[in-house]
Amino acid sequence: MNDVLDVALRLIAVFAVFLVLPLVVGQAEHKVMAHMQGRLGPMHAGGFHGWAQLVADGVKFAQKEDVVPADADRRIFQLAPAVALLPYLLVLVAIPIGPGRGAVGQTVDAGVFFVLAVLGVGVLGSLMAGWASANKFSLLGGLRTAAQLLAYELPMLLAVASVAMAAGTVSIPGILHAFEWWWLPWQIVGALVFFVAGLAELQRPPFDMPVADSEIIFGAYTEYTGLRFALFLLAEYVGIVVLCALTTVLFLGGWHGPYGADGLGWVWTLLKVAVLAFVVIWLRVSYPRLREDQLQRLAWTVLIPLALAQIALTGIVKVAIN
Amino acid sequence: MSRSTVLAADYFQSYSVVGLLAVVGVLFVAVAFGAGRLLRPVVPTPEKLLTYECGVDPVGEGWAHTQVRYYVYAFLYVIFAVDSIFLFPWATIFAAPGYGATTLVEMFIFLGFLAVGLLYAWKKGVLEWT
Repeated sequence: MNDVLDVALRLIAVFAVFLVLPLVVGQAEHKVMAHMQGRLGPMHAGGFHGWAQLVADGVKFAQKEDVVPADADRRIFQLAPAVALLPYLLVLVAIPIGPGRGAVGQTVDAGVFFVLAVLGVGVLGSLMAGWASANKFSLLGGLRTAAQLLAYELPMLLAVASVAMAAGTVSIPGILHAFEWWWLPWQIVGALVFFVAGLAELQRPPFDMPVADSEIIFGAYTEYTGLRFALFLLAEYVGIVVLCALTTVLFLGGWHGPYGADGLGWVWTLLKVAVLAFVVIWLRVSYPRLREDQLQRLAWTVLIPLALAQIALTGIVKVAIN
Repeated sequence: MSRSTVLAADYFQSYSVVGLLAVVGVLFVAVAFGAGRLLRPVVPTPEKLLTYECGVDPVGEGWAHTQVRYYVYAFLYVIFAVDSIFLFPWATIFAAPGYGATTLVEMFIFLGFLAVGLLYAWKKGVLEWT
């Protein structure tokens, strides 16, 4: 019976994180972007600095008519938002926020492998949306998403392989337990490659050409309205949380920090995630959009060679210190 | 129980929790869609259901022929990604006692193959868009 309760509590906790943190990031984006651009951002909803803006948005989305274009592939069109959203929920379960067994949704043995595999599924949602809409803008957006997948997936894989080599395990808590402070400079190149590739996966600026609103309306999501559109947006913000959390646990030591092992670990994890999320927002405000081919060139001529160099460095150092 | 049985039990236990979470997720989406159906208005008109094309009537059909310029990247990607998957099992043991220098040399041979493949693609002009 206790096992059942234990599992239920873990699932509820993961689900709560899944619903709350993306909203926090979204609200932070409203405010941070606004202040960087000399505006105030939302100030009305909820009273205090517009804290309830996203709740109000959610209420608005739920009341909107759900339009499925007559020419669209109906079932696929309707399922796409769920396919885009749910993989991120599954990834959250494997990310530890503290050192103990209680601080992770569920320890998955081949955690790194699981995380990479499931993350890749989310992109299918965009592809399904792009194809099923039967809209030229959506199709272009979907094709760009596919192109982007080819560009970032490999550097991401190689960067993570480097961490797995350093720790000698593919379990995420295992990697965290093996972490030492000097891994930070040692794995910094891999960390940058992973983070940049992650931004491309999330289709966040400067890699937002699949949704480039000034050229192809809103890419794969052009035909979506109401709740389904809201789920796509939610997927983007859970994606930011997941990317920042993965960068934190794989490269920045997760719960390591002063008193990290004595109960304050989760504070460190959340703090690092928050700082990275801030960087993601900051990049959106400050960088112009790349072209699709510029992303390909960046990936194949910069990120992949860098990741291979990082693997070589990791291998040499690891064998040398043994 | 033997050690391998215990390992297998752990394995299925952890993935059954993942499976349960997937069920929770599917329920969440189903409830959201169901509630949405009750909350929102349904007033379809032919104009509303028209494919969006900047306000004018759509020309031709949406599943248009497009030139897929990056299909060569797709080939490259498949080749490299399949190779790179093999890094993970190797990564967990390459520095274990009894391995060391030999496996490191093997790693450089592996990286060499990848680098030569990439250089070849580069030389062939595959990494240029036009």
